[in-house]
Amino acid sequence: MTTRTAPLIRCEHVSKRFGHKRVLRDISFTVAAGEVLSLLGANGSGKTTLLRIVSALDRPDEGEVWLGPVPLSSATDGIRRYIGVVAHAPLLYDRLTGLENLDFYARLYDLVKPQRRIEDLLRILELWRWRNESVRTYSRGMSQRLAIARALLHDPPVVILDEPDTGLDRDSIELLTALVAHLRLRGRAVLTTTHSLALAQRWSDRIYELRSGHLHHLACPDRNTY
Amino acid sequence: MNYDPDTCIIWRVRIVIPTEERARGCCRALAGGLVWGPHAMMTELSGAEGVTHREGGIGAYLRHVWAVAEKDVRAEMRSKEVVGTMAAYSVLSAVVFGLAFDLRVPRAELVAPGILWVIVLFAGVLGLHRSFGSEVDRGTLAGLLLAPVERSAIYLGKVAANLLYFLIVEALVVPALLILFDVNLVKPIVLLGLLLGTIGYVGVGTLVAALTSRNRARETLLPVLLLPVLAPLFISGVGLTSVIVDGRADAEAWPWLGIIGLYDALVFAVAFLLVDVVWENS
Amino acid sequence: MSTLANPSRTDRWFKPLLVFDVIAGLAMVTVMWAGLLYAGDAVNLAGEEQAAQRIFYFHIGSNIAALLGFLGSVVGSIGYLFSRRMVWDRWAAASVEIGTIFGILVLLSGSIWAKPAWNTYWTWDPRLTTATITVLIYIAYMLFRNGFDHAQTRARFASVYAIFAFLSVPLTYYSARLFRSIHPIVFDGGNEEAQGSFAIGPTMGQTLTIATIGFALLFFALLFHRVRQFDAEARIEALRERFDE
Repeated sequence: MTTRTAPLIRCEHVSKRFGHKRVLRDISFTVAAGEVLSLLGANGSGKTTLLRIVSALDRPDEGEVWLGPVPLSSATDGIRRYIGVVAHAPLLYDRLTGLENLDFYARLYDLVKPQRRIEDLLRILELWRWRNESVRTYSRGMSQRLAIARALLHDPPVVILDEPDTGLDRDSIELLTALVAHLRLRGRAVLTTTHSLALAQRWSDRIYELRSGHLHHLACPDRNTY
Repeated sequence: MNYDPDTCIIWRVRIVIPTEERARGCCRALAGGLVWGPHAMMTELSGAEGVTHREGGIGAYLRHVWAVAEKDVRAEMRSKEVVGTMAAYSVLSAVVFGLAFDLRVPRAELVAPGILWVIVLFAGVLGLHRSFGSEVDRGTLAGLLLAPVERSAIYLGKVAANLLYFLIVEALVVPALLILFDVNLVKPIVLLGLLLGTIGYVGVGTLVAALTSRNRARETLLPVLLLPVLAPLFISGVGLTSVIVDGRADAEAWPWLGIIGLYDALVFAVAFLLVDVVWENS
Repeated sequence: MSTLANPSRTDRWFKPLLVFDVIAGLAMVTVMWAGLLYAGDAVNLAGEEQAAQRIFYFHIGSNIAALLGFLGSVVGSIGYLFSRRMVWDRWAAASVEIGTIFGILVLLSGSIWAKPAWNTYWTWDPRLTTATITVLIYIAYMLFRNGFDHAQTRARFASVYAIFAFLSVPLTYYSARLFRSIHPIVFDGGNEEAQGSFAIGPTMGQTLTIATIGFALLFFALLFHRVRQFDAEARIEALRERFDE
């Protein structure tokens, strides 16, 4: 067993191409424990691809991603326990209820007695009232909140949020901001993308922009004005 | 909302965001204590939030298989999409075969084995393509693949759910053939052959469905890929059923069961080895 | 653009391939000569059947080439899955394409011969069944490859399918054989062993060897060209990539 401190995410010289289109070119960055890093970028700039690579759903053509001391290229499926992802699609089964969805994922993540955790998350994300409704009847925002609950269910140290603010109303965005702050305080490494610079400035320690496959440093927001 | 804030992991009203320095110090304290290891880190990080993980091993593997299968069956019980379509299609084809062969075939026993297996073969394709089709359409496949679960467990869970659908449909087809063609297929060896054949079919079918789910032409391609690979099952199934329907000695059916059993064993061995390759970056 | 300036791997193969093509061409001329002129008549056949028998050399030759294609596909697929080098996948894909052409020729030549010999173009003889199913699997494989945008995904998925297909073919053969041996033969004429069989004389044996070697050479010549084409495609892709930058 290795004892290591931050960074929790370390991306080294990652490149990826689709056909003859190079989406990511030699991308390197780190996210420390208790740090929130935001990626901005136009549609199709490769944000999602980068996030898929960090969440071990896709492999880079070149380069390596390290989660803590573990290189993803040689990690087993067990590494996925340390990653929580809110993706573009909500990753929910719309024939099942909110509770059943979380219950199913709790079983896949081998959680012991997950009922308490599920209840906490559902109450925080204000879905408890609809826990027994099928996800099909949920609004876009409710699905998104349930997707956030799903991602945090196993309390992962590495949290990846791909445009988590889509479809959320103002109250829910406040809630999401509070959650991100909470994760930050609890020493999670949070990697997120968003289209809203204002939001990125509110919650991140560092902001990068992904443009033509390269990463550009935009800002270190002043956290005092939070 | 009457919920006790102390038991809640955060309480949005009471969240106090400290200044930059305080937050940094806080994080450093937490980060300094981080231990990265199979479980140590999780305990360190998650102790406060009451999340504990079970140990892995064969028990965990079987729980994952069961979770995936149960999830599929539960969703299917609400939508009845797959079984409904397959059952309707099967009975419909039995009727169509009846009309097509009426007055042309002297004894229904001559064609009944073929009809049974053709119906199973074609109805199966309908169900299999929804198995991953629905996951890909809704983007939930990524959710399964993100979980710390052996890929073969996902595959076996899907196989188990599909097997159940197939058996339900077959339980309808056999009586339908009895009524329409007056051929009794409720014989132990026929049913055993049907069960073993279905297991093999579902084994290949689920894997090929996973293969085609990422292809541009998946709906049309699945039967084209699947049917020629299923030839041994189909031939053996018809052979075995004919032996029994013709009233020949049971011993003549054993070689057929042997081929079907061999096919099943091969299919699952290869699928178990190759399923990781299919989903290594999905 | 160093790839264009330096002689690359594919260029180095140009001359050896040319020589190989000529050898394969001459071998095929020899096959035709031996099959049509050199080989003696089948003594136990007469008339139309005796003439039709000569298609046998063409039939067996194509069969050998199709078999090589099938073996090539599975070797290439396993090689790809172990090494993850696209070269293996190209060999597998090329083998299937060439193998399919020969597979179809086997079926056609067989049917042409079967009409005078068995008095039917088609029967569900185990060998025929297996050959047909195999050709169908090949065609499915090619259709399957078409539907992928990402080369690595295509290579992986096609390899998995090719391995499955390879395993199912012998089982198809055994089940078809068992099916026939139990069932009575329904059509008038009998099966392959019963009708249309012929004694092999010395010249016929030699011709058979020549045909086997000739068709194998033709197969490899076509295979090398197809792989070279795939290599060229990949190079164009790589160059286009650089051009885009």
